[in-house]
Formats: sequence, structure tokens, C-alpha cells
Amino acid sequence: MKITNQLIEKHGLKPEEYSTIKKLLKREPNLLELGIFSAMWNEHCSYKSSRKHLKNLPTKGKKVIQGPGENAGVIDIGDDDAIIFKIESHNHPSYIEPYQGAATGVGGILRDVFTMGARPIALLNSIHFGSPSHFKTKSLLNGVVSGIGGYGNCIGIPTVAGETKFNSTYNENILVNAMAVGHAKKDKIFYSKAKGLNKSVVYVGSKTGRDGIHGASMASAEFDENSEDKKPTVQVGDPFTEKLLMEACLELMKDKSIISIQDMGAAGLTSSSVEMASKGELGIELHLDKVPCREENMTPYEMMLSESQERMLIILEDGKEKHANEIFKKWDLDFVVIGRTTNTNKLTLKYNNKIEGEIPLDALASKAPIYDRKWVKKKLTKNKVDFKKLKKVKIEDALIKILSSANHSDKNWITSQYDQMVMCDTAQKSGADAAIIRIHNKEKAIAVTVDSSSNYCKAHPLTGGKQIVCENWRNLISVGAKPIAITNCLNFGNPENPKIMGEFAECLIGIKESCEFLNFPVVSGNVSFYNGTNKKNISPTPVIGGVGLIQKLKKTMDHKFKKDDSIIIVIGKTFGHLEQSVFLEEIYSILDGQPPEINLINEKNNGENVLEIINKNLVNAVHDISTGGLLVALAEMSMGTNYGVKINKPKNLTNSLKYFFGEDQGRYILEIDKENFEKVEKILKNNNIFYENIGSTQKDYFEIDKEMRIDIKELYKINNQWYNNY
Amino acid sequence: MNSSVIVFPGSNCDRDIATALEKMQFKNQMVWHKETKLPKSDLIVVPGGFSYGDYLRSGAIAGKSLIINEVIKAANEGCLILGICNGFQILTETGLLKGVLLRNKNLKFINKDINIKVINSDTKFSNKYKKNQILKINIAHNEGNYFTNSDHLNELKNENLIAFKYCDKDGNVNESANPNGSLENIAGIFNSKKNILGMMPHPERMVDNLISNTDGINLFSSLLK
Repeated sequence: MKITNQLIEKHGLKPEEYSTIKKLLKREPNLLELGIFSAMWNEHCSYKSSRKHLKNLPTKGKKVIQGPGENAGVIDIGDDDAIIFKIESHNHPSYIEPYQGAATGVGGILRDVFTMGARPIALLNSIHFGSPSHFKTKSLLNGVVSGIGGYGNCIGIPTVAGETKFNSTYNENILVNAMAVGHAKKDKIFYSKAKGLNKSVVYVGSKTGRDGIHGASMASAEFDENSEDKKPTVQVGDPFTEKLLMEACLELMKDKSIISIQDMGAAGLTSSSVEMASKGELGIELHLDKVPCREENMTPYEMMLSESQERMLIILEDGKEKHANEIFKKWDLDFVVIGRTTNTNKLTLKYNNKIEGEIPLDALASKAPIYDRKWVKKKLTKNKVDFKKLKKVKIEDALIKILSSANHSDKNWITSQYDQMVMCDTAQKSGADAAIIRIHNKEKAIAVTVDSSSNYCKAHPLTGGKQIVCENWRNLISVGAKPIAITNCLNFGNPENPKIMGEFAECLIGIKESCEFLNFPVVSGNVSFYNGTNKKNISPTPVIGGVGLIQKLKKTMDHKFKKDDSIIIVIGKTFGHLEQSVFLEEIYSILDGQPPEINLINEKNNGENVLEIINKNLVNAVHDISTGGLLVALAEMSMGTNYGVKINKPKNLTNSLKYFFGEDQGRYILEIDKENFEKVEKILKNNNIFYENIGSTQKDYFEIDKEMRIDIKELYKINNQWYNNY
Repeated sequence: MNSSVIVFPGSNCDRDIATALEKMQFKNQMVWHKETKLPKSDLIVVPGGFSYGDYLRSGAIAGKSLIINEVIKAANEGCLILGICNGFQILTETGLLKGVLLRNKNLKFINKDINIKVINSDTKFSNKYKKNQILKINIAHNEGNYFTNSDHLNELKNENLIAFKYCDKDGNVNESANPNGSLENIAGIFNSKKNILGMMPHPERMVDNLISNTDGINLFSSLLK
């Protein structure tokens, strides 16, 4: 078949990229080869626009065993234990087909983790939808939630934490990011780099079908009015097969049969074989007539580009084929030797011994295009919100409006559809600042959480990038964990637009600054560009997934008030920053001005002191102050318990709304027994930490002196009614 | 006490129940579904999960598996059998327990801690509980909505074969305390000889205060001789 301009465009390649292909091959590619280039050179697989910026992120540290570049990041949690984790986007497929898109997002990220030798122990997600009133939102929301649950519940990995947000910026491009966390033995970690000549390349798992062909290319372009037509590019998930595949792989990993292993994710057989061989500086020869197929008459082109799920490629040690085959047979999975490693440094594809395509591996990997795309800085706006011009609102009314909003209402109706308890090590479920998962049969535990703040990132990407890392760090601290490392999922618009590229570049600078200062390295991640439709880009939405360690889990720390008449203090200073706040957005529909500033020195000091206070067992409840400010955080600590608060307004307060709803950063609320207060005070004073004593807990009522008083049962009801009325 | 946990492809609470049994000093063995012989067991557990992906109908394919013939044989010889969640569904598919488990009435998967009431505490599975004791216990299922015909329902009542009923935290058995639409709030039942218990709630998830509570422990300690 002649390669026409139309065909090149259909494969998402630019004319100049095609010229480079011809130069690298020293000839015209055939259709199969063109398909392979398109699969490897698209944004999703090549990171061609992001690579230059990603390499500035801090990725090393004492506890980092493996940073970005492998299937997932690996950290050391002491003894012989390692935690393997990563977050990944499945935005485009989930918008086209929400149930399968979300389900296969979960399946894909799980494979990334168990490919490396880890048994997955927790799933998290960050899902973003358009405005609740948009006609598509409800069905997308229900589809995505069922898809996430359907996959995780069936495979039997608890879904323990996440966030669900609504914002009109996602009306035509939702975000579905899934994170998986696994546990492995430090000396039993498996990598994708091939080693040794003439080793068997084995295909295991499900059969290959025609689903998901060009999935990765689809995810590397914007949507248009024909997006519905892209449905066939969405893969179909089968969590049951994945469960079998996981158990079979983990069983084979017990001995030393595997040289390297790689899941077939985006760009399926193509990317897995290319990645393994090019990392090992070897060649690889595949006999495509041996590939187990689900459908008849599949062409080499279709086999190489299919994104059928639940498949793996393994390179085996000599003589281990029989042993490995027995394990996969036990689990009723396909196991076929489909090729060998070679010394040609080429990907050679044969069908009935006839060469169908041959490409030098460096052309697909190291010589893939890298772009230094133009980007422009976003100026920090000088706009201020003129509060005098705003209609007056009562504190109580504002609080009720925020608590009953889609974004701030209780998400229990979502999390109760996820099995959070299976594996019996979930010590803290969703709803807390971070979930806590005990390491099986050990005293130690990890804390995990995901966060994002697109409004701040939109207003000023650099500050937003900084803020979101800090927010994640605070959430881990609040449950008594020492933050160790993060994974990031970078959801942005079209990188060919210098403004969007600027959002990306600056968010990354912000992330870098916080990660470096807090010693909180990035060990894995994923970039998702082209989130938008017809030139309308989403707000920049980096999502951060963090992991922290609790050395000895004796009891869990959470944010719910525990007792009557204990002292409530706020650590960190409240200035009353209302620009870009939930308060202005929900009450006045104003999103203007600068996001709150980040002071990394205070952030670190405040966090470390809170952790010390928790570790010394001096505190009953801890909550970081996040969107919505002080009053919303206090309400979250009260709802669902028997205790409310009695808050005394500080004297000389000029603007109560600023004080109660301002979103100043680096703050925590602590509930402390009276008899511990002196000890806590001493720690804070010794370390020069700013804190304020704002009141005490009381039975049944949520109260600000001379301002408002409401039954906490009423607050709870308000906070839980949104979905019922939706 | 020797126990066996049957492992089907897609079982996912097998490790959890094994951990709980071992904690309670059972000598436990895992038994793969393709086996045709059971090890010597005083208790056989059919665990939760999604056996065979719950394809066709939850529990349907497992109900026809090789090992299940041995389970049926053992049950008929009086061996104690405990089916939890998917295990309960499988036991109804085999006919060892009567009735069916339908889709939850809200058509959604439900995972939460609920309360159940011990209806019959005079059995090998429940003798360490008090009658009418209220337990807080975790459920996680799509199809937990128990249904049976009126003859069998009468039998369940007359022969005292209802093990647990969903209730509120004060023990009231009513509609609002029924999470899945189950007939008469039934959460677990015995067979007529009371050597088989099927239940939707997960007692193995309630054996550790750090994770949840210890309301499930007495079910296992009841079984210990």
C-alpha cells in the first residue's frame, strides 16, 4: 500500500515527522511500519513535548529505589519491604465510553504495579467532571464510578481513597486518573530491560482482539464533533482475567525464571517489545503468526496496534519455558513463545517466516522526536476582589451553601460502591485526609492520598504546582505519616499552544520547587496532553499521588473530633486570602485574583511539628485546612461525630468572612486534650511555630460565638443530600 | 481444628479468611478448585470474591466445579461448611442452601459496615454469641438480596434456621436497616441440619481492632472444639 499524505495524517504524524521516519529508515515505511511509528511517536508514548521539562523534576532520594522510566516507581520503606506505585490517566477513553474507559484505566495501572513484582494493596483515583448541570455529566459520573468499582471490586484490591470534582472546564473532556500501590520484597523487583541473546519472548494473558487499535494515538489528539466515532479505540476490560494474570505472574515471580517483564499497555505489543529490547540494547524478533488472536484473519498491523487488555510480554531464562507454561496453564491463560531476543538492534516482525516489517529500535525510542515547544509565562494577576461591592452574606448561610455543593458534599455515595476492606489491611478508609494501609502481617503501614487544585493552577500555574505538592504532603502528615515520595499525573490541554505549554512548564517548576524543598521526590508519573475539544482546553490539572510511612501503626489518626471540651488550635497563620477561594466561587461565582501564596519554610516547619505532636500521642484529631478554609475544615471534623465546636472570634477581627473562609496555606487544626495542651504549646513555642487557640469542642452544636449555632446532625444532613437530589 | 478454604479462579477473600482462621488457631489448608480430593477437614470455607468472574450468574460456574462435588459430599456427611458472600451465592447454586441472592435493590455494589442481629445462637457457628446480640460487620456485594419461596421461608422461621438479620444499631429489624432488599432482612441462613451456614456479611474482616472491630471473632471461636 502506498503511504499517502492522508494516511500519514490519519496516523497522527506531522509531514516533517514522516520525513524523519524516511531518513531513519533510509526508505519509505510500509503500512505496518507506519503504524508502529505512529504508536511509538505519539505524545502519549513518546513524551515528546514534556520530556524536556520532566527531566528537571527531582527524582532521586535516599528512599528511592527506582524513579521514573520504569513501569512504576519504587521506594524503600525499611526492612526488606518496598512500595511500588504509579498514577495514570485514562481521560480520553473514559469520555467516549465511561464504564470501560475507567475500568481499563484501573486495570492498566494495576498491571504497571504487579509487572514489577508487587502485590497491589491499594487503589486510588482522581476523577473530574464538568458542571453537574451539563447534560453529559450525570451519565459520565455514574459510568466512571461503576467502572472503577467494577474492576477493583472484582479483582479484589481495595479502592481506598480519591477525589471527585466538578468544574465546567471538564464539560467536554473529563479526567479519570487511577493510582495503584503495591508491596514487594526489595530483592524481588522486576524490570523491563531485556538481557541476553536468543532468549524466549513469551506472550501471556488474554488473546489479542481488534479493540483499542490506535488507542494511544486517539489519546494524543483533541476531541472534535466526531469523537463518538472513536468508540472502537476504547479497550474492553476483564478484571477476572486480570486477577488470573496477576496471580500467575506473582507465582512465576517467586523463583528466578523471569529476566524481564512488561505489560502491554498503551500501544500494546509494539511498545512492550520495543521498550524491553531498546532498554537492553538488543534486537527483538516476533513471529506474529504465533500471537493468540481472539478474532479471525487479524493482520500484523492489527496485532501490533491492538490495545487488548490483560496481556504481558515476558523474557524468560533458558529452559524455564516448561515451568512457566505450567503456571499459566494452571490459571487457564495463554502462554506462547512468540519470539527471541537478537543482536540486531532491530524490531523484526515476521508472519509465517516472511519479514513483514523491520525497524531499527533507536528510531522508535532514543531517536523519537523531542520538542522544545514554545511556551509563555503566565503573569501573576494584580486583580483584587473588591469585597465592599459584594452583596452581604451571613457566615452560616455561606457555610451551608458550600457544604451542600457538589464539590464539597460528602462522597460516601461513591466510596460505598467500592470495596475498601478486601485484603483486610485497610486501617483507614476514604473520607479521611489520607487512607492508611497496613503492610500485611507487619506493624508498619503506609498512608496514601491524591490531590489536585485546578483553579489555583489556572490562576497561576507556578504557585498552583507548588501548592498541590504541599497539600498532598499535609494530607499525609495529618494522619501521622512521614511523606516519602509522589507520583504525578499531569493533565493539560494542547501543548502546541504556547499558553498551554506555559501552564505545563510552570506547573512543573512549582512542583519541582516544593518537591525539592520538602524532600518529596517524584518516582513515577504520566503526562496527558490534548485534554480539550475544538480548541477549548481544560484548566491545567496536575494530580499528585503521595505515599507516606507510618513506622508503627498502633492507632490511626484522623480528622474527626473525639471528645467534649478539648482545645482546638490552628497551626499556621490565617491572613484571610479569599481570591480563588471556594467561598467566592460558590457564593458569588467569582474566580479572580491570585491563588494563596506558598511559604515552603513554614510549610515544612508546621508539618514536621504536627507530625511530632502526633507521634508523641498528644492530639485527638488532626485536619489540614484546605479549600473552603477554616470553617469548612471545622465542619468536616464535626460531621458524623457527636461533637461540634464553640469558636471564639479573635478580637480586632476586621473581616470575619476572610478569617473563616480564607484559604491561606500551611495550616492544620488540632484537637487537644486540656491536660496535653501545655506539652503541645511547649513544642510549638520551642520551634517558633505560629498557632492560635480558637476555641473548644462541645456536644452536639457547631457554634461561633455571637454569630451562628447549628446542630451538627443538621450539618451532616446538609452535607449528604447533594447526590440524592441529583 | 482442621479447616480448608476453597480457592476458585476469581476468589479474592481467600487470603483474608485464611488469615482469620490461622489467627484463631485453625490448621488451615488452601484447596485449588481443580482438586478432586479434600484434605481432612472439620470446617470447609467457601470464600468471597468473584469466582469465575461471576460470569453467567454469581456463583453459577463455581457451583459446577470439580471440587464442589467433594464439598457436597462432605456436607452430606455432616462436615461444617461456611459460605461467605460469593461463597453463600455458590452454596445456593449447589442446592446445599435453598433460596437465591438477587441483585441489590439499589442496583449498586454496596460496601459498608452494617449491623446484624444474631437470631439463632444455639448452633455450632454461633454458640459464643448471645441471642439477639448486635454485631457491626462489613458487607461488600452486588447480589446480596436474599429471596426464597414462602414454604422455605416458613421452614426457616419454624426450624430456627435464620442465622442473622440486618438491623439498625439498636437492634430494630426494619426496612431502613435493610441494605440490599433482602427478604425479611435475612443476612445469613443455616441448612436444616445446621451444619451449613451461608452469610453475606464478612466475619473475617472483623477480627482485628486496628482494622475494624472484633465482632467476627466469636463466629470462629464458636467453631473451635
